[in-house]
Parts: sequence; C-alpha cells; structure tokens
Amino acid sequence: MAEPIVQVHNVTKVYKRDSMEIPVLQNITLDVPEGEFLALMGPSGSGKTTLLNLIAGIDRPNSGSLTIAGTDIATLGESALAKWRSHHVGFVFQFYNLLPVLTAFENVELPLLLTNLSKKERKEHVEMALNVVGLGERMKHYPKQLSGGQEQRVAIARAIVTDPTIVVADEPTGDLDKKSADEILTLMERLNTEFKKTIVMVTHDPHAASKAHTVRHLEKGDLLEN
Amino acid sequence: MNVLKLVTRNLLRHKLRSFLTILGLAFAVFAFGFLRTIVTAWYYGVEASSTSRLITRHAVSFVYPLPLSYRDQIEKVPGVTRVSYAYWFQGVYKDNTFDNFFPRYAVDADNFLEMYPEFVIPKDQLETFKKERNSCIVGRKIMEKYGWKIGDIIPIEGDIFPGHWQFVIRGVYQGKDRVTDETQMFLQWAYVDETLKQNAPYRAGQVGWYAVQIDNPNDAPAVSEAIDALFVNSSAKTKTETEKAFQQSFVSLSGAILTSLEVISYVIIGIILLVLANTIIMSARERVREYAVLKTLGFNAGHIVGLVAGESLIIAMIGGVLGILFTFPTAAGVEANFPTMFPIFKVEASTIGLALAFSFLVGILASLFPALRSARLKIVDGLRQVG
Repeated sequence: MAEPIVQVHNVTKVYKRDSMEIPVLQNITLDVPEGEFLALMGPSGSGKTTLLNLIAGIDRPNSGSLTIAGTDIATLGESALAKWRSHHVGFVFQFYNLLPVLTAFENVELPLLLTNLSKKERKEHVEMALNVVGLGERMKHYPKQLSGGQEQRVAIARAIVTDPTIVVADEPTGDLDKKSADEILTLMERLNTEFKKTIVMVTHDPHAASKAHTVRHLEKGDLLEN
Repeated sequence: MNVLKLVTRNLLRHKLRSFLTILGLAFAVFAFGFLRTIVTAWYYGVEASSTSRLITRHAVSFVYPLPLSYRDQIEKVPGVTRVSYAYWFQGVYKDNTFDNFFPRYAVDADNFLEMYPEFVIPKDQLETFKKERNSCIVGRKIMEKYGWKIGDIIPIEGDIFPGHWQFVIRGVYQGKDRVTDETQMFLQWAYVDETLKQNAPYRAGQVGWYAVQIDNPNDAPAVSEAIDALFVNSSAKTKTETEKAFQQSFVSLSGAILTSLEVISYVIIGIILLVLANTIIMSARERVREYAVLKTLGFNAGHIVGLVAGESLIIAMIGGVLGILFTFPTAAGVEANFPTMFPIFKVEASTIGLALAFSFLVGILASLFPALRSARLKIVDGLRQVG
C-alpha cells in the first residue's frame, strides 16, 4: 500500500499570547492518502485552520512530525519551506486573496514566476488553469471586475497552476452565495476526480463537507475518531 | 509579467500619494542641488587659480597698499619669472546697487593680462589698451549685460579713488574655459596713478598687490618666504601666498554662510528621507495581507524585501532625476540674471552624482524598516490582517 501523502504524527501546537500559552492542537495524528478529498470540520476555535496551515507549511508545530509528500517540513528552514510550498501546495483562501493590482491572468501567473518556465510556457499554463475553472474569457479582468464566485475560481486556478501535490482550502465557500458555493464545490470535486488532486478542505458547512470522501472532526484541539 | 511589473503596479495603486511623494523628493533634490551649486559657485575663483602664480600683499590686510618700488626687488628673487601688479579700483557704475556691481581693477597694462592667459583677448585690442591711458578691457558677460560696444565710454564715480572717471572700452576678453569669470573690468593703473599724483600725491606710487609668476609651482613656499624676507624690516611688511590661498581667504570670509548652506542641503535630504519612509511604511502596512499571500505561494523574504525596497527606490530615483532636471534650467536662469553675483553658476557633475547617490540612499534607507518587517512577517499573522 502506498505511503500516505500527508502524515501528521503527534503534532502539538500552542500559541503564545503575552505570557499566556493557548493550546490549539494536542497530539494530532492524521494520515491522508494520495487522491483523497478530506474535509476538516469543527466549531470555531477547534484548531481546524491551524491544522490546515501546518499541513500547508505556513505555520510550524511545537512538537511532532509533519511529512508531506515525503518531506519532513517541520525541519525545513524558512527559505527551503517557501520553495517547498511553491512546488507542493496550492492554497485556496476563504476571501480569495487576489492581488487587486493584477489581472486574473497575472494573479494566476504569480506562482509560476518562481519557476524556470519561459514566458510562453507560463502563458500556456495560465490559460489552461483559467480554462479549467471556466474563466478563459475573463483573463484580462481585474478582481474588482469579477464576482465573488469568479474571484474564488481565479484563486483556484492560481492554486492549481503549478500542478501542486496537494490543494488546501480554508473555507473556500465561506464568503459565497449558495449558487457560487455550489460551483466552487463542483470545481473542487472535479479537481479531485478528474485531475486526481489530493484536497484538504476546512469547512463549517455540512453541505460542502458532503462533497468530500472523508470528513474528520476537530474539537478543542483534538481530532475525533471517525 | 515579472516582479518589477508588480512593483510598478503597486506604485500606481495610490497615484496621488505616489505623485506627491515624488514631487516632494524632486523639490528636495532640487533644493539640495541648487544649494550645492551655490556653494561650488563660491569656490570657482579658487578652482580657477593658477599654481604658478603667487600673490604678494600687505601683511596686515589686503586693503593696505604696497609701494611700487617693491616690484624690482621681487623680480630679482630666484624662481620669479615675471611680476605685475593690480589695485582694487571699485567705484560706482550707474548706482550703488548690487545689480550694477562688477569687479574693477586698475592693473599694470604692460603685462598683467599677459600673466593671465585664461583671459583671452584679441592681440590688436590688447595693444590698443596698452597705448591708451583711459582705456579699459571688459569681460564678455558684462558687455552683453549692458549692451556695450567697443568705443563706448563707461562713466565711473570714484569712491576709493575719488573723481568722475571715464574709461573707453578698447577690448573684450572671453574666458578660456567655463570656470573663468567673464564679468570683470580692467583699467590702467598708470592712468589712476597719474591722477593721484595731481589730486592726492601721498597716495601715488602704490599698488594693491603683486602678481608674481614663478617657473616651478613646487618652489612656491620657498619663493614666498624669500619675497617676504625682503621686506621684513620695512614699514610695509608683505605676505606672499599662492593665488589659490589668496582666493581661499576671500571665500573664508563667507565660510559660515557656506557651511550653513551645506548643512541645510543635508538637512533637506534628511527630511525627505522621513517623508518617503512614512509613505513606504503606510504602503507596506496596507499590504501586509498581500505579502502573506505571496509568501504562501512560495515567495521568500528576499522577494518581499525586493518588492518594498523596489517601490521605494523607484519613487526616490524618479524624484531624484526630476529634481536634478529642475536644477539645470534654474542654474542657467541664475547665471543669466545674476552674472555679477554668480559669474559662473553651473551644476557640477559632482553635484549630480551626490544628488543621485543621496536619492538612492534615501530609497534604500526609507524602505529598510518596512521591508524587514514585512519580510519577517509570519504568514498566519499576515493572513489575519483585515483590509
């Protein structure tokens, strides 16, 4: 049997606020096989976004190991971790987080600036990613000229344009109306089934979670058994 | 797209803010360049001085005259090849305003101007000047300023040498190079001396200073010492120094003003550094979340520093270049309108270099704090920022 692509073992995370220590995650162990579509659910403050951030390599655990796609990312330095993220992680945020001064095309192109691809190759990749999310006709539009749903689709195109090992999504439908949310969820399903992307998604929404293959619940920093 | 394009787009995000900051920088660099040009203009006389000429003057002060009889003794000092002399004539042309002031010297017509090859005079005009006692030679800029022609009579009301003087223009000199003052007037010392013999005989036979040409500039200290030794026991002791030191002593009179101007020029750079730093800090603070997103995508701390510092540098360099460009026409205007106050008012290459270097430095320093803060930002903290 193949190694899980995400291996979280005995991970603990504590935030420090002044002199106070706030435990957020306690001895979390989680394996995610390749090609999985996992939803992490739980009430506010349960630690689901923190766990997602740790998997994405944008935060560091206090203890435990995090092996993602064969790399123990907890041991990487800042620069190496940034490079690792650019190769392995596509991140979808709740509030899209597109750069307002760049067009849809340029926003999607951003992660490719860190690669050795030529301008022509970058263009091909960006066009392909935008076509996948159905925005091939809106490449020259700025974020303010797009609806919320369209902005999130551009953000998904940005997340997949480098063909990352895993896609992590933090409440990707949290800021959208039902119709747009359904479109985004359909797109996420497509990424998983058609493009074989491993997806870890944090959500409050049971409807969104129902699209995932597996749903895990967090409560007060503990990962509950299925 | 490349990272520079993102820097440029960020720059245009708040057009008015960027425009006003660039304008502020341009004015600051302009003020810096202008003040530096005033300071360098003051030193042109020193810069233009010859190393093979000495000046012998009264040991007490330049305003006390020396006897004409010193000339023959100075000529005999080993190393001296030629001796001439001059006297500050002054007088009033038209009125006593600064606008109508220009330097007027009574000189030894026989060889004074020949000792100063930087004053280029047609040979026939120089010969005529030597022959006619009441003639004068005038700098090109003064001729142009007053619209004079050769043959015109210039009336001067005497003050140091009282009387109604009239001098006929017999020649015009041009500067050999750009640092030569073209605003002076030379008249015959002999003409002044003859008049003194009639009106104030006790003042006749005296000169203001001697110009001494030497064959080897390296011998200047020894020759100066030898000249002064000749008159050490006389009633009019001398002080001999290089022409550069002589000119420098005049500049030193304005030393406090020049130092103030220099200090002010650096203070201006300091102020604009704070203005730019404020703008860059505001911009970086507004983009904390974007920097966190970029880091999430894989951009590292170096990229973030590049984005912040790049924007700061572009603003600083655009402002710097604009400021320098403003300085040129202003300097040309000053030179054209105040030729007697600033005979040479040119923006020096060193001033341009300094202004560009300071613009660059301001760009770097202003971005230092916000760039490092943004680079050190934790992604999770940045993503929590609202706005």
